[in-house]
Amino acid sequence: MSEVDFTPDEMMTIAAARALSNDDVCFVGIGAPSAACNVARLTHAPDITLIYESGTIGTAPSVLPLSIGDGELSDTAVTTVSVPEMFRYWLQGGRVTIGFLGAAQIDRFGNINTTVIGDYDSPKTRLPGGGGAPEIASSCGEIFITLKQSKRAMVDRIDFVTSFGHGEGGNHRGRLGLDTKGPTLMVTDLAVWKADPESREFTVVSLHPGVSRDMVQATCGWPVRFATALTETPRPTGIELSTLRDLNARTKAAHSGGDKDGEAA
Amino acid sequence: MAQFMPLADAVAQNLGSGDTAAFEGFTHLIPHASAHEAIRQGVKDLTLVRMTPDVIYDQLIGIGAVRKLIFSYAGNPGVGLLRRLRDSVENGWPHRIELEEHSHAAMANAYEAGAAGLPFAVFRGYKGAELARVNLNIRSVTCPFTGEELAAVPAIRPDVTFIHAQKADRKGNVLIEGIVGVQKEAVLAARRSVVTVEEIVDDLASHPNACVLPHWTVTAIAVVPGGAHPSYAHGYYPRDNASYIAWDSIAADRDTFLAWMKQHVLDARPEDFASRTRHLRSAA
Repeated sequence: MSEVDFTPDEMMTIAAARALSNDDVCFVGIGAPSAACNVARLTHAPDITLIYESGTIGTAPSVLPLSIGDGELSDTAVTTVSVPEMFRYWLQGGRVTIGFLGAAQIDRFGNINTTVIGDYDSPKTRLPGGGGAPEIASSCGEIFITLKQSKRAMVDRIDFVTSFGHGEGGNHRGRLGLDTKGPTLMVTDLAVWKADPESREFTVVSLHPGVSRDMVQATCGWPVRFATALTETPRPTGIELSTLRDLNARTKAAHSGGDKDGEAA
Repeated sequence: MAQFMPLADAVAQNLGSGDTAAFEGFTHLIPHASAHEAIRQGVKDLTLVRMTPDVIYDQLIGIGAVRKLIFSYAGNPGVGLLRRLRDSVENGWPHRIELEEHSHAAMANAYEAGAAGLPFAVFRGYKGAELARVNLNIRSVTCPFTGEELAAVPAIRPDVTFIHAQKADRKGNVLIEGIVGVQKEAVLAARRSVVTVEEIVDDLASHPNACVLPHWTVTAIAVVPGGAHPSYAHGYYPRDNASYIAWDSIAADRDTFLAWMKQHVLDARPEDFASRTRHLRSAA
């Protein structure tokens, strides 16, 4: 094998982290995006501004928050504003360069469903809903997405358009009057995808080490397009891996405390 | 004019069956003690409003107190879905609740419009999003100056808003610190408000720009130490993440849920919250 061994999840988080730069202002979704954003901050982008929708601006948590409003976020933030101010002045005001989202269900044009599986009025599975995502998707300069590949998540048609990506593709955003870029990058546990400049369809631009085209197609519900100049994602460096693993270890230790006798709420 | 009273009296005097009620808190300072008191008093047919309905709304829905939910994100943050909410929406147990679903931006703007005495909120949102198809309260207005089409939603005006705060002074001025969420707007938008606090102090010792609700904007104050648990009170005790994780399995089964509710809510008292947070306080 390689000199440094790593899991597909670790590769996903690290490849997503690399997409962020030091001068970005990033609106962070919970879960996989939060891990990627903080790995970026702890490695190559120490001055990145991370914003969580709970109102914390310029936050630098030492452990990953379980919710988007853990006290750690406020303790380490440059400032904490109210939620109306967050959505009005900061997000709607156009001050955020990257919105980093996860997805329960996604299509090839980066439209995201986090509302229902099945029909809205009688759903098979009622999901949490959009939260901040519908306006994150429209107001941020561009959108990065990260999720694990599966045919259940990456589908030909999503059941509900919670957050608009590129709609039917092409200039659909422009026709709706959206002047932001929308989804430009998707990082999965198998590959890095970029939106095609014309069709806006997500196209695989690099395969993670050890991943084949067939593996990507087998876990995706639409016919996958591969870039002609397909490359291999650079493997994680020792520093990237140790940063992520230390962060996950600190997080696990911090969240496993609390009641032992089941007095949950 | 804020009146100090026991939580049971504050709830009895300000919440009735059929009311529109907001128990607000954006992951922080969630008013668990007030929600549990409402459950003990057996109120029914509530229209509940909240940006982020989580464990307490799962409990209110599962116990059958809710007719309608106005919301933007219904989940157990970082853990998963709300199983009692799902059982109601997917299977009609104990009955099917009505949903009015928004985005966070819409709800935050709608609370602010309620606080500002406006009939509706205007913002740039919902472009391309499918919620407008299933929620007739999502409409649009045209800017009279630029011609831009903007989203419009009705103002939120609850009959009563419940919040938890760190402290009040002896006059009843209330201080909220840390992640302040949408609580100030939710109180000012409501006809009545009930605030639980960790403690009463002589002097709030607050910064000039601190988030303070003057006593004449609050209807009732009850002292309930630990009243936000397993949510947290910045400066007092941290979020009990293990309890949020545990809720997922408690809520997964109807009988387990009902047994848990009997032991920890129906047969419990507001004073019990203090002991639930005692072991957490050293970590605050």
